[in-house]
Amino acid sequence: MPDSINTPLLRLENIGKEYYGNRVLSEISFEINSGEIIGLVGENGAGKSTLLNILFGMPVINSTGGHEGNLYLDGKKVNFNSPNQALAAGIGMVHQEFSLIPGFTATENILLNREVLNGSLMSYVFSDRVSTLDRDAMRQRASAAISTLGVHISPDMLINEMPVGYKQFIEIAREIDRKNTRLLFLDEPTAVLTEQEAEILLIALKKLAKSGIAIVFISHRLSEVKELCDRILVLRDGKLITDESAENLTTRQIATLMVGRESLRKEEPVEIPENPVEEVNVDETLGVAPAGDDVETKMLKKKKKKKPALRVEHLWVDMPGETVRDVSFEVQKGEIFGIGGLAGHGKLGIPNGIMGLYPAGGKVKLFGKKLALNKPRAALNRKMAFVSEDRRGVGLLLDEPLDWNITFTAMQTQGRFLFGIPFIFQMRNELAMANETKKFIEALEIKCTGPKQKAGELSGGNQQKVCLAKAFVLRPDILLICEPTRGIDIGAKTLVLDTLKQYNKENGTTIIVTSSELEELRSVCDRVAIVDEGKIAGILPASRPAEEFGMLMMGEKMRAASAATE
Amino acid sequence: MIKNFIKNVGWPRIIIALFLLALFITAPFVGVNVFTSFNNTIVRFGMNGVMVLAMIPMVQAGCGLNFGLPLGIIAGLLGATLSIELNTEILEKLAQLGSQYKISWLTQEFLQTYREPLGFASALIIAIPIAAVLGWFYGKLLNRVKGDEMMIATYVGFSSVSFMCIAWLLLPYKHPTMVWGYAGRGLRTTVSVEGYWLHVLNDWLALDFQHEFTVNGKVIDVNLAIPTGMLIFFAVMACLVWLFMRTKTGTAMTAVGSNPEFARASGVNVDKMRTISVVMSTVLGAIGIIVYEQSFGFIQLYMGPFYMALPAVASILLGGASVNKATILNVVVGTFLFQGILTMTPTVFNSMFQTDMSEVIRLIVSNGMILYALTRKVRA
Repeated sequence: MPDSINTPLLRLENIGKEYYGNRVLSEISFEINSGEIIGLVGENGAGKSTLLNILFGMPVINSTGGHEGNLYLDGKKVNFNSPNQALAAGIGMVHQEFSLIPGFTATENILLNREVLNGSLMSYVFSDRVSTLDRDAMRQRASAAISTLGVHISPDMLINEMPVGYKQFIEIAREIDRKNTRLLFLDEPTAVLTEQEAEILLIALKKLAKSGIAIVFISHRLSEVKELCDRILVLRDGKLITDESAENLTTRQIATLMVGRESLRKEEPVEIPENPVEEVNVDETLGVAPAGDDVETKMLKKKKKKKPALRVEHLWVDMPGETVRDVSFEVQKGEIFGIGGLAGHGKLGIPNGIMGLYPAGGKVKLFGKKLALNKPRAALNRKMAFVSEDRRGVGLLLDEPLDWNITFTAMQTQGRFLFGIPFIFQMRNELAMANETKKFIEALEIKCTGPKQKAGELSGGNQQKVCLAKAFVLRPDILLICEPTRGIDIGAKTLVLDTLKQYNKENGTTIIVTSSELEELRSVCDRVAIVDEGKIAGILPASRPAEEFGMLMMGEKMRAASAATE
Repeated sequence: MIKNFIKNVGWPRIIIALFLLALFITAPFVGVNVFTSFNNTIVRFGMNGVMVLAMIPMVQAGCGLNFGLPLGIIAGLLGATLSIELNTEILEKLAQLGSQYKISWLTQEFLQTYREPLGFASALIIAIPIAAVLGWFYGKLLNRVKGDEMMIATYVGFSSVSFMCIAWLLLPYKHPTMVWGYAGRGLRTTVSVEGYWLHVLNDWLALDFQHEFTVNGKVIDVNLAIPTGMLIFFAVMACLVWLFMRTKTGTAMTAVGSNPEFARASGVNVDKMRTISVVMSTVLGAIGIIVYEQSFGFIQLYMGPFYMALPAVASILLGGASVNKATILNVVVGTFLFQGILTMTPTVFNSMFQTDMSEVIRLIVSNGMILYALTRKVRA
């Protein structure tokens, strides 16, 4: 019988979760003790967010059929149906996205709905709802909470006037002001902080833990996790891979565990390039070295004779949530080039910026000729095609039939599928549109009732095939594809990836694939660039071991390099 | 099969159609002449058809329903009044051109015979460029308020009507049939088009049929005058719009309405397409009101255009259009049903209850339909 001292604060027992038959978590069991700091790491889509949602009783869990397994708080079984219950039980959460009211001061935000009230006759008669606020007491409490974190922020400062780092501190201050908070979840709290701020935060968190609050810390910055946490949990594909004391793990080991190529390969029927000779070729011709900067310089030296299909120099793209700061790379003709990296680091911004969909700057050269940025039409006219990561938002006309979806871009930019006199009166050629669409329906095995079915009625995988068909119709020289397999099932995944490879082989089309799934990139691409914080952390041939990519992704190289220069 | 039919046609249309049918069936029993009512419905259909058609381009381009139709109507009113003001000048100029360039058919005689159609044509020719210019500015404005087009459009309509209330008084019109008698300037609230282009379309190829039947001792007076010309004009306009929506530009416009992001990624200039749609809509509104006036017989100035957008909006919604998808069929069905209800309810109800409920029912139907359709709006 466990006595009260040994009872863990929170115990998870076989927690699992399925979304619409899609398993995202299975058999997660671990314990959290008071005053302990636990690091939770994993790739995008490993199940971290879902786990947090379950622990915090987010409605999304309940509305999709609840979860499996049991939660024990202080040894008692609990089940949170709403965040309010979790809050009442002493669980605090700081989300990745800020939930602060911009026009309110720090004090007001920290004490929102927990204000210090002045008693009065009015509040006695009616209720606390009509009481006035004790501003002085509130300011004191807010200052106390902020100073616990070891920063100096005026409690009267308005949220919308604060730098992002400050906002993060205010979020955390709000959670620790809550008297009963015993367990605090922090979802990537350092992502928006400068290194200095991050250090202050880490010290503050350690202090908090000493006072008995348990902390679950989620971060992609492995060195931080290693430094801060007592124990590290690694999630991968919805499973708990490791539960180990932080002392026993190196950051490199953590990266390997996160990426875990062996287990991923089993799930992914698409093989890693069957032809090792090809890889060696790439290796030799491009002279790729593991460090990104070396790659650039060596490539430039060796590649002077041949003109690259696409050359990007100092590209910046202002895409919300995917800012690209300074990216330079070259793609050879006929190559399949991969762009990987964690979500939010700017990998999606690169193709979107090149295609002119978001404000961008820098230099992009196509076969040696400069490409005008910020004009989608210019990119399309230069025989580039784009498959957007936002299938339903950008990629498709959901309310229109398939033939429209597939032929529209070609019609508008290349004047095909029309009859009549150009520039004066051109009608769309429905017959030609339907025929072309039928061809692709067959070739890509799109499951539909015919070319007149609306795109919105298809499943995700088939919609993705329609997007590919739309790009193929353009007969592009360069094909940019974002997240080709996002949200589609494994069967469709294989087909989509095989189609890409086949298209590349048959037409010699240069393809640039951007994906969050590293294994996918490694299986189809010749070379893969890893983007970290808006910059290229390195370009490696796909044959390199997964750990090397993992390390680049976690920004270890850059940090190490900067440490070395200092 | 019945389920499919209901799904395709839609409950609102089935209910309204049944209601309309019921009205037609009840009509003879309460002493209303069905044939006259039917004829009225057809005439009203022709009068309003083009203005309802004006909704299509903007709906298809994702600018929502054109609540700013009064702007186009104002252009039409300018064209109509100017065609009367300048009627003699235009005819003289044409005669002059005829003699100068030795155009054999352009004689005084020709001009006198076709005085009325020429007057109507001149109204259109004056109105269209004005509508195009106003529409262009209107389109630019709507491009700045994406997402709230319908609200802004409503106020564009209202404020332009108010502005023109001042303008109608101040513009230097001189024609004695149009200005206030006592002051000698400022346009009257209603101007008759009689003697200029009254019924030019209505009477062209019109089918007149008058006969008295006696059935079981009852006298049934059948008095039909089908305005063939006006219906043909509507059909031609509808065809032109249909053709336009199938051109490259029309296709791009539809795509912009369906998903602006998709269109942009496909290299389409979204703002340009939206502006074109607004210009088209405004021009069609201008043409629509001139067609309306030639049948109605009067040009209604000042507050006349104020509520003109609502029947047009209600008609197309009743026809099954949504806020971002509309077809010619929606226009035809909607206009017929709406105008049918509008013609039939007053006559039948008034005869039935001996009271005037017509206006109440009219308001309930037209506003109810707008309400219904707007609640179904799905924001992308």
